[in-house]
Amino acid sequence: MREITRLIHKYLRHDKKFPHIWCPGCGNGIVLGSLIRAVDKMGLSKDEVVLVSGIGCSGRMPVYVDFNTLHTTHGRALAFATGIKLVKPQLKVIVVMGDGDALAIGGNHFIHAARRNVDLAAIIINNHIYGMTGGQFSPTTPYGMRATTAPYRNIEHELKIAELAATAGAAFVGRSTVYHVKLLDNLIERAIEKKGFGVVEVMSPCPVQYGRLNRLGDAVKMMEWQRDNTISVEKAKELPPEELEGKLVIGVLVERDLPIYQEEYEKIVERARGSGAAL
Amino acid sequence: MAKVEKLLQGNEAVVEGAIAAGCRFYAGYPITPSTEIAERMAWRLPQVGGIFIQMEDELASIAAVIGASLAGAKAMTATSGPGFSLMQENIGFACEAEVPCVVVDVMRGGPSTGLPTMPSQGDVMQARWGTHGDHPVIVLSASSVPECFWMTVRAFNLSEKYRTPVILLLDEVVGHMREKVVLPDPKDVEVVDRPRPTMPPEWYIPYADTPSGVPPMAPFGEGYRYHVTGLIHDVRGFPTSRPDEIGPFMERLFRKISANFPEIHLSEEFETSDAEVVVIAYGCVARSAKRAVKEARERGIKAGLLKLLTLWPFERPAVERLAEKAKVLLVPEMNMGQISREVKRVNQGRSRVVTLNKVDGTLITPGEIVEKMEEALG
Ligand SMILES: Cc1ncc(C[n+]2csc(CCOP(=O)(O)OP(=O)(O)O)c2C)c(N)n1
Ligand code: SF4
Repeated sequence: MREITRLIHKYLRHDKKFPHIWCPGCGNGIVLGSLIRAVDKMGLSKDEVVLVSGIGCSGRMPVYVDFNTLHTTHGRALAFATGIKLVKPQLKVIVVMGDGDALAIGGNHFIHAARRNVDLAAIIINNHIYGMTGGQFSPTTPYGMRATTAPYRNIEHELKIAELAATAGAAFVGRSTVYHVKLLDNLIERAIEKKGFGVVEVMSPCPVQYGRLNRLGDAVKMMEWQRDNTISVEKAKELPPEELEGKLVIGVLVERDLPIYQEEYEKIVERARGSGAAL
Repeated sequence: MAKVEKLLQGNEAVVEGAIAAGCRFYAGYPITPSTEIAERMAWRLPQVGGIFIQMEDELASIAAVIGASLAGAKAMTATSGPGFSLMQENIGFACEAEVPCVVVDVMRGGPSTGLPTMPSQGDVMQARWGTHGDHPVIVLSASSVPECFWMTVRAFNLSEKYRTPVILLLDEVVGHMREKVVLPDPKDVEVVDRPRPTMPPEWYIPYADTPSGVPPMAPFGEGYRYHVTGLIHDVRGFPTSRPDEIGPFMERLFRKISANFPEIHLSEEFETSDAEVVVIAYGCVARSAKRAVKEARERGIKAGLLKLLTLWPFERPAVERLAEKAKVLLVPEMNMGQISREVKRVNQGRSRVVTLNKVDGTLITPGEIVEKMEEALG
C-alpha cells in the first residue's frame, strides 16, 4: 500500500461526509497532511491526541481526522485546550487556528498561553486574510495590500506571529510555509514533543480570497513565491540585515526550557496537601 | 469526615458545595462581589487534588471550564454582571455541545460597571436569554448561606444529569453575608455524575437520542474518539445543514429539559395555605419577604411566601396553584420587573399581580413589603 493511502485510511474519518470544505489550492490541506505525518512518525495513538480549533476555514480541520476533536468558538481555542490539558496532562493537545482567530479575537489568549507555558502545541495557519468570511483584512495582512474591507489598501501594519510568540514566552517557536513541507512536518513534530507552549506559524496560500484580491496568481504561483522569498534561520544569521529585506525567515526561531505550568501546579498541590487541615 | 458547623460567607459556601458535589476544576477572573469564590477555590482545590487557574478574562474562564469538562472533570466558574456578559457566547456553546458546567453570577447593580459593591437582581433575564439563539436553560438562586451550599450541589447535579450549563444567580447580599452553615459529611451529599457510555467505542454515537433525551458522554482520551462542535450537528457530532437532522437535534435539546420540569423546579412555601396575599421572591429579597409575612400576620393580614429556588424553567405549577386562591400576588424585586413578567404571564388574570421594584442599590426591607401588601389589599 502506498504510504499516503495507509495514512488516509488510518487517520481520516470515514464516517464523515467528505468532501471537505476547503477550496482547490488552499494550503490548509497541506498543513493537515503535515500534522498527520508528524503524529504518525511520533507513534502517538489516536486516543491520546486531541485536536482543538477555533472558527475559520482552518477551524474545520478537526472534523476530518480521527482524534478526539473539538471545534470551539472564534478565538477561544487555546483557552478550551488549556482546560483539557490541565485535567488530562497525559493527552497531546494540539490547537490549530487561523491568523484572525489566534491574533485578532484570540490575541489575548495567545499571549497568555505563551506566558503561562501550558504544554500545548499551537499551529497558526497564516494566510494573511479572513478566509471564511470572504476576504476581510486580518492582523497579519501586510500594509498596502487589498482586502474586501480595505478596498483602497490596508493602512494597518502586520503583526509578526512567531516573533510575538517568542516575546510572550513560548518554549518553542518555528515558522515554515506550506511549500517547505518537510520542514513543516518537522516543526509540528517538535512543537508537539516540546514540553511547554510550542508554536508553529505556517504561511499558507488563500488563492481564493487573498490571492485573488491582490492579483497574486493561482495557488502554484503563490507557492512559488514562498519558494523564492524565504531563507533559513541558519543562512539568515550569516547575512547582513539589508539582504534579509523582504525575505521570510523560516526554521526554528526559539527553543528553550522554561518552567511548565502543570509541573509548577503539581508542586502547589503537594504544598496544599502537606498543609494538613482540610478546611 | 463528620459534619462540621462553620460560620461562612455565601460565596465561601458555594466553594464548599462545589467541592462536595465533586467539582475539581475552577477557572475564573476576579470581580466584585464574586471574588471570594475564586480566592477560596485557589486555597481549597489544591487540597483535594483539584485544579484552580486564574485566566486572562471571563471569555477564557468559561472556555477553560468547558474544556475541563470535556476532559472529564466537574468544572465551574464564578463572576458578576460584566463578566457574565462576556461569558454568554460560550454558555451557548456548552448548551449546544451539551457540556455540563456551572456558572455562578453574584449579581451587582448594572448596567455596565454599575454598582460593583451593591446588590441587584438585574441579571435574571440575562441568565435566561443572555446567549444568542433559542435555547433551554436552568437557573437556580439562593437566599441564605446554607442554600448557597445546597444550591451549588444541585447546580452540579442538574448540570451533570442533563448535560447542560447551569447558572446559579446569587446577589451581593447573599454572597457576602455570613451565617452558620452545617457542612455535611461528604457521604451524606447526593452526587450525580454525567451518564457515561457503557457500549464499546465502535458502537458509541455521541449525540444519539435516548429515552431521557440525554446521550451518554465520553470524556476525551478514553478510547471514544468523537467530534464536538458549536455548529448544529448530526448524531455523530458532525456539522449538518440538513433540516431532517437539525430539527430532531433542536427538539431533543429542548425536550431533555422540558420533559423534566417537575424535577428541576424547586420552591418553598411559607404560610401559603390560607394566604390572601402571596409574596413571590428569591435571593436576598426572599429574606425580607419572609420577615414581612410574619409581621403582616401579626397585623392580621393573611400573607404567605413563595420562595423561588429554581428561576428557570419558571415555576409555573406553583404560581398557577397559588394564583387560583390568592387575591394578590406581590412580586418584590431589585430590578424594574423581571420575574414579575413571568408571574403576570402565568397568572392569566386569575389573581392581581402587584410589583415592588427597587434599583437604588439597597435591599428591599420587610417594612416596604408589608406596606405594599396593605396598599394592595386596600
Ligand atoms: C465572535 C465571532 N465573531 C465573528 C465571527 C465571524 N468569523 C468567522 S471566521 C472569521 C475569520 C476567520 O479568519 P481566520 O481566523 O484568519 O481564519 P481562516 O478562515 O482564514 O482560516 C470571522 C470573523 C465569528 N464566528 N464569531
Ligand atoms: S477561502 Fe481561502 S483559506 Fe478558506 S478554504 Fe478557500 S482558499 Fe482556503
